[in-house]
Amino acid sequence: MLDDVDRRILRQYQAAPELPAADLAQRAGVTASTLARRLQRMQGLGVLRGLRAQVHWPALGYELEVSLRITLDKTQARAFDEFLAAARNVPEVIEIQTFLGVVDARLSVIARDLAHYQQVYRQRILTLPHIADIEALMHVATLKSDEALPL
Amino acid sequence: MIDLDQTDRALLRVLTEDASQSAGALGRQLGLSQPATWRRLRRLREAGVLGAPRLVLDHGALGFGVSVFLGVKLATKGRVSLEDFERAVTAIPEVQTVEHVLGLYDYRLRVVARDIPDFERVLRRRIMTLPGVGNVEANVLLSEERRPGPI
Repeated sequence: MLDDVDRRILRQYQAAPELPAADLAQRAGVTASTLARRLQRMQGLGVLRGLRAQVHWPALGYELEVSLRITLDKTQARAFDEFLAAARNVPEVIEIQTFLGVVDARLSVIARDLAHYQQVYRQRILTLPHIADIEALMHVATLKSDEALPL
Repeated sequence: MIDLDQTDRALLRVLTEDASQSAGALGRQLGLSQPATWRRLRRLREAGVLGAPRLVLDHGALGFGVSVFLGVKLATKGRVSLEDFERAVTAIPEVQTVEHVLGLYDYRLRVVARDIPDFERVLRRRIMTLPGVGNVEANVLLSEERRPGPI
Protein backbone atom coordinates (compact mmCIF):
# COMPACT_ATOMS: atom_id res chain seq x y z
CA MET A 1 0.00 0.00 0.00
CA LEU A 2 2.75 2.48 0.96
CA ASP A 3 6.17 2.57 -0.62
CA ASP A 4 9.52 3.92 0.57
CA VAL A 5 8.78 7.43 -0.73
CA ASP A 6 5.54 7.56 1.30
CA ARG A 7 7.37 6.40 4.40
CA ARG A 8 10.10 8.95 3.88
CA ILE A 9 7.50 11.71 3.59
CA LEU A 10 5.70 10.54 6.74
CA ARG A 11 8.97 10.28 8.65
CA GLN A 12 9.88 13.89 7.84
CA TYR A 13 6.32 15.14 8.28
CA GLN A 14 5.84 13.65 11.75
CA ALA A 15 9.24 15.00 12.83
CA ALA A 16 8.24 18.57 11.87
CA PRO A 17 4.48 18.91 11.21
CA GLU A 18 4.61 22.73 11.25
CA LEU A 19 7.04 22.88 8.31
CA PRO A 20 5.84 24.64 5.10
CA ALA A 21 5.15 22.23 2.23
CA ALA A 22 8.14 23.42 0.19
CA ASP A 23 10.58 22.64 3.05
CA LEU A 24 8.93 19.30 3.74
CA ALA A 25 9.26 18.34 0.05
CA GLN A 26 12.94 19.25 0.14
CA ARG A 27 13.60 17.22 3.31
CA ALA A 28 11.79 14.21 1.88
CA GLY A 29 13.68 14.57 -1.40
CA VAL A 30 10.59 14.91 -3.60
CA THR A 31 9.10 17.70 -5.72
CA ALA A 32 6.30 19.86 -4.33
CA SER A 33 3.79 18.28 -6.71
CA THR A 34 4.82 14.73 -5.75
CA LEU A 35 4.47 15.69 -2.09
CA ALA A 36 0.98 17.12 -2.60
CA ARG A 37 -0.11 14.07 -4.60
CA ARG A 38 1.29 11.58 -2.09
CA LEU A 39 -0.20 13.38 0.92
CA GLN A 40 -3.58 13.53 -0.77
CA ARG A 41 -3.41 9.83 -1.57
CA MET A 42 -2.49 8.93 2.02
CA GLN A 43 -5.34 11.08 3.29
CA GLY A 44 -7.69 9.22 0.96
CA LEU A 45 -6.41 5.88 2.26
CA GLY A 46 -7.02 7.03 5.84
CA VAL A 47 -3.34 6.62 6.79
CA LEU A 48 -2.97 10.34 7.32
CA ARG A 49 -5.76 11.46 9.59
CA GLY A 50 -4.82 15.08 10.08
CA LEU A 51 -3.02 17.53 12.30
CA ARG A 52 -3.99 18.28 15.85
CA ALA A 53 -2.84 21.22 17.92
CA GLN A 54 -1.32 20.46 21.32
CA VAL A 55 -2.46 22.63 24.21
CA HIS A 56 0.30 23.24 26.73
CA TRP A 57 -1.71 23.23 29.97
CA PRO A 58 0.88 24.77 32.34
CA ALA A 59 0.69 27.96 30.23
CA LEU A 60 -2.99 28.14 31.18
CA GLY A 61 -2.26 27.68 34.86
CA TYR A 62 -2.77 23.91 35.05
CA GLU A 63 0.49 23.01 36.77
CA LEU A 64 -0.40 19.50 37.86
CA GLU A 65 -0.96 16.32 35.89
CA VAL A 66 -1.93 13.07 37.56
CA SER A 67 -2.38 9.65 35.99
CA LEU A 68 -5.16 7.74 37.68
CA ARG A 69 -5.00 3.99 37.13
CA ILE A 70 -8.42 2.57 37.69
CA THR A 71 -9.73 -0.92 38.36
CA LEU A 72 -13.43 -1.29 37.67
CA ASP A 73 -16.02 -3.49 39.33
CA LYS A 74 -16.44 -5.96 36.47
CA THR A 75 -19.32 -7.80 38.16
CA GLN A 76 -21.41 -4.94 36.72
CA ALA A 77 -22.10 -5.70 33.05
CA ARG A 78 -22.13 -2.05 31.95
CA ALA A 79 -19.26 -0.92 34.19
CA PHE A 80 -16.93 0.12 31.33
CA ASP A 81 -19.53 2.03 29.30
CA GLU A 82 -21.00 3.86 32.28
CA PHE A 83 -17.62 4.72 33.75
CA LEU A 84 -16.32 6.06 30.40
CA ALA A 85 -19.48 8.07 29.72
CA ALA A 86 -19.25 9.73 33.15
CA ALA A 87 -15.50 10.37 32.86
CA ARG A 88 -16.12 12.25 29.57
CA ASN A 89 -18.15 14.79 31.52
CA VAL A 90 -15.24 15.81 33.76
CA PRO A 91 -13.55 18.78 32.04
CA GLU A 92 -10.23 18.22 33.85
CA VAL A 93 -9.91 14.74 32.30
CA ILE A 94 -7.77 15.20 29.18
CA GLU A 95 -7.17 11.56 28.26
CA ILE A 96 -9.15 8.37 28.71
CA GLN A 97 -7.62 4.99 27.93
CA THR A 98 -8.75 1.42 28.46
CA PHE A 99 -6.43 -1.56 28.81
CA LEU A 100 -6.01 -5.27 28.81
CA GLY A 101 -3.74 -5.98 31.74
CA VAL A 102 -3.30 -5.11 35.38
CA VAL A 103 -5.55 -2.03 35.33
CA ASP A 104 -8.75 -1.46 33.36
CA ALA A 105 -8.60 2.24 32.58
CA ARG A 106 -6.48 5.30 33.00
CA LEU A 107 -7.47 8.93 33.24
CA SER A 108 -5.11 11.86 32.78
CA VAL A 109 -6.33 14.60 35.08
CA ILE A 110 -4.99 18.14 35.15
CA ALA A 111 -5.39 20.66 37.96
CA ARG A 112 -4.17 24.15 38.85
CA ASP A 113 -2.55 23.09 42.13
CA LEU A 114 -2.87 20.47 44.87
CA ALA A 115 -5.93 22.11 46.44
CA HIS A 116 -7.70 22.17 43.08
CA TYR A 117 -6.64 18.56 42.42
CA GLN A 118 -8.07 17.47 45.74
CA GLN A 119 -11.35 19.17 44.90
CA VAL A 120 -11.56 17.54 41.43
CA TYR A 121 -10.53 14.17 42.85
CA ARG A 122 -13.13 14.19 45.63
CA GLN A 123 -16.02 15.77 43.78
CA ARG A 124 -15.62 14.52 40.22
CA ILE A 125 -13.41 11.40 40.21
CA LEU A 126 -14.40 9.46 43.33
CA THR A 127 -18.03 9.92 42.33
CA LEU A 128 -17.53 8.15 38.94
CA PRO A 129 -19.48 4.89 38.76
CA HIS A 130 -18.13 1.32 39.22
CA ILE A 131 -14.65 2.14 40.53
CA ALA A 132 -13.16 -0.70 42.57
CA ASP A 133 -9.68 0.74 43.06
CA ILE A 134 -7.63 3.82 42.11
CA GLU A 135 -3.87 4.33 42.07
CA ALA A 136 -2.35 7.71 41.37
CA LEU A 137 0.90 8.52 39.59
CA MET A 138 1.98 12.14 39.86
CA HIS A 139 3.56 13.44 36.70
CA VAL A 140 7.04 14.90 37.33
CA ALA A 141 8.57 15.40 33.87
CA THR A 142 8.09 14.43 30.25
CA LEU A 143 11.31 13.19 28.67
CA LYS A 144 9.92 12.18 25.30
CA SER A 145 6.51 13.01 23.89
CA ASP A 146 6.69 13.17 20.10
CA GLU A 147 4.65 9.95 19.72
CA ALA A 148 6.43 9.37 16.44
CA LEU A 149 6.07 5.96 14.78
CA PRO A 150 9.35 4.15 13.92
CA LEU A 151 8.59 4.17 10.17
CA MET B 1 -0.58 34.01 32.74
CA ILE B 2 -2.70 34.55 29.65
CA ASP B 3 -6.45 35.17 29.91
CA LEU B 4 -8.62 33.49 27.32
CA ASP B 5 -11.93 34.83 26.08
CA GLN B 6 -14.69 32.76 24.52
CA THR B 7 -13.26 33.22 21.01
CA ASP B 8 -9.79 32.00 22.09
CA ARG B 9 -11.40 28.96 23.65
CA ALA B 10 -13.39 28.22 20.52
CA LEU B 11 -10.22 28.61 18.46
CA LEU B 12 -8.31 26.16 20.68
CA ARG B 13 -11.13 23.63 20.51
CA VAL B 14 -11.18 23.75 16.71
CA LEU B 15 -7.38 23.50 16.49
CA THR B 16 -7.16 20.46 18.77
CA GLU B 17 -9.46 18.70 16.29
CA ASP B 18 -7.94 20.03 13.07
CA ALA B 19 -4.84 22.22 12.96
CA SER B 20 -4.36 21.95 9.19
CA GLN B 21 -6.65 24.87 8.34
CA SER B 22 -5.44 28.30 7.25
CA ALA B 23 -6.11 31.38 9.39
CA GLY B 24 -8.69 32.42 6.80
CA ALA B 25 -10.63 29.15 7.04
CA LEU B 26 -10.46 29.19 10.85
CA GLY B 27 -11.72 32.79 10.90
CA ARG B 28 -14.70 31.94 8.65
CA GLN B 29 -15.73 29.18 11.09
CA LEU B 30 -15.58 31.53 14.07
CA GLY B 31 -16.82 34.71 12.40
CA LEU B 32 -13.43 36.47 12.56
CA SER B 33 -11.44 38.24 9.88
CA GLN B 34 -8.27 36.54 8.71
CA PRO B 35 -5.93 39.16 10.33
CA ALA B 36 -7.87 38.96 13.62
CA THR B 37 -7.56 35.16 13.61
CA TRP B 38 -3.89 35.40 12.81
CA ARG B 39 -3.32 37.86 15.72
CA ARG B 40 -5.07 35.51 18.14
CA LEU B 41 -3.05 32.53 16.93
CA ARG B 42 0.18 34.48 17.36
CA ARG B 43 -0.82 35.54 20.87
CA LEU B 44 -1.64 31.94 21.86
CA ARG B 45 1.67 30.72 20.42
CA GLU B 46 3.69 33.44 22.14
CA ALA B 47 2.04 32.66 25.48
CA GLY B 48 3.13 29.03 25.04
CA VAL B 49 -0.45 27.74 25.09
CA LEU B 50 -0.37 26.47 21.54
CA GLY B 51 2.54 24.14 20.84
CA ALA B 52 3.60 22.56 17.57
CA PRO B 53 0.83 20.48 16.03
CA ARG B 54 1.03 16.70 15.95
CA LEU B 55 0.46 14.49 12.95
CA VAL B 56 -2.30 11.94 13.49
CA LEU B 57 -1.52 8.67 11.73
CA ASP B 58 -3.53 5.46 11.52
CA HIS B 59 -1.22 3.10 13.41
CA GLY B 60 -2.99 -0.03 12.20
CA ALA B 61 -2.79 0.98 8.53
CA LEU B 62 0.96 1.53 8.96
CA GLY B 63 1.44 -1.92 10.44
CA PHE B 64 1.61 -0.96 14.12
CA GLY B 65 -1.09 -3.12 15.65
CA VAL B 66 -0.36 -2.77 19.35
CA SER B 67 0.42 -0.01 21.83
CA VAL B 68 1.52 -1.02 25.29
CA PHE B 69 1.96 1.13 28.37
CA LEU B 70 4.76 0.06 30.66
CA GLY B 71 5.20 1.04 34.28
CA VAL B 72 8.89 0.76 35.07
CA LYS B 73 10.43 0.65 38.51
CA LEU B 74 14.18 1.14 38.74
CA ALA B 75 16.11 -1.47 40.67
CA THR B 76 18.95 0.76 41.79
CA LYS B 77 18.40 4.41 42.55
CA GLY B 78 20.80 7.28 42.42
CA ARG B 79 21.61 10.14 40.11
CA VAL B 80 23.84 8.20 37.78
CA SER B 81 21.45 5.34 37.15
CA LEU B 82 18.51 7.71 36.51
CA GLU B 83 20.48 9.56 33.85
CA ASP B 84 21.75 6.37 32.24
CA PHE B 85 18.26 4.93 32.17
CA GLU B 86 16.72 8.10 30.74
CA ARG B 87 19.32 8.44 28.01
CA ALA B 88 18.95 4.81 26.94
CA VAL B 89 15.16 4.64 27.09
CA THR B 90 14.50 7.83 25.10
CA ALA B 91 16.75 6.49 22.32
CA ILE B 92 14.58 3.41 21.66
CA PRO B 93 12.57 4.08 18.46
CA GLU B 94 9.60 1.96 19.58
CA VAL B 95 9.29 3.99 22.80
CA GLN B 96 7.01 6.89 21.88
CA THR B 97 6.69 8.64 25.21
CA VAL B 98 8.68 8.64 28.44
CA GLU B 99 7.27 10.24 31.56
CA HIS B 100 8.93 10.47 34.93
CA VAL B 101 6.28 9.86 37.58
CA LEU B 102 5.93 9.63 41.35
CA GLY B 103 4.08 6.73 42.86
CA LEU B 104 4.03 3.00 42.27
CA TYR B 105 6.41 3.35 39.30
CA ASP B 106 9.29 5.63 38.40
CA TYR B 107 8.61 5.86 34.66
CA ARG B 108 5.69 5.44 32.35
CA LEU B 109 6.46 4.42 28.76
CA ARG B 110 4.31 4.18 25.70
CA VAL B 111 5.62 1.48 23.38
CA VAL B 112 4.41 0.78 19.85
CA ALA B 113 4.90 -2.59 18.12
CA ARG B 114 3.71 -4.45 15.04
CA ASP B 115 2.05 -7.24 17.03
CA ILE B 116 2.41 -9.08 20.34
CA PRO B 117 5.48 -11.15 19.26
CA ASP B 118 7.12 -7.92 18.07
CA PHE B 119 6.27 -6.31 21.43
CA GLU B 120 7.85 -9.25 23.22
CA ARG B 121 11.02 -8.72 21.17
CA VAL B 122 11.11 -5.01 22.11
CA LEU B 123 10.46 -5.85 25.77
CA ARG B 124 13.16 -8.52 25.99
CA ARG B 125 15.87 -6.97 23.87
CA ARG B 126 15.36 -3.26 24.46
CA ILE B 127 13.46 -2.66 27.70
CA MET B 128 14.63 -5.45 30.02
CA THR B 129 18.25 -4.70 29.07
CA LEU B 130 18.02 -1.01 30.07
CA PRO B 131 20.47 0.06 32.79
CA GLY B 132 18.91 -0.10 36.24
CA VAL B 133 15.54 -1.49 35.12
CA GLY B 134 13.64 -3.35 37.82
CA ASN B 135 10.00 -4.37 37.95
CA VAL B 136 8.01 -3.78 34.73
CA GLU B 137 4.23 -3.83 34.41
CA ALA B 138 2.54 -3.97 31.01
CA ASN B 139 -0.95 -2.89 29.98
CA VAL B 140 -2.06 -3.33 26.37
CA LEU B 141 -4.01 -0.33 25.06
CA LEU B 142 -7.53 -1.18 23.92
CA SER B 143 -9.00 2.27 23.35
CA GLU B 144 -7.95 5.86 23.69
CA GLU B 145 -9.69 9.23 23.67
CA ARG B 146 -8.14 12.65 23.82
CA ARG B 147 -10.54 15.10 25.42
CA PRO B 148 -10.59 18.86 24.79
CA GLY B 149 -9.87 19.59 28.47
CA PRO B 150 -11.05 22.61 30.49
CA ILE B 151 -11.15 25.16 27.66
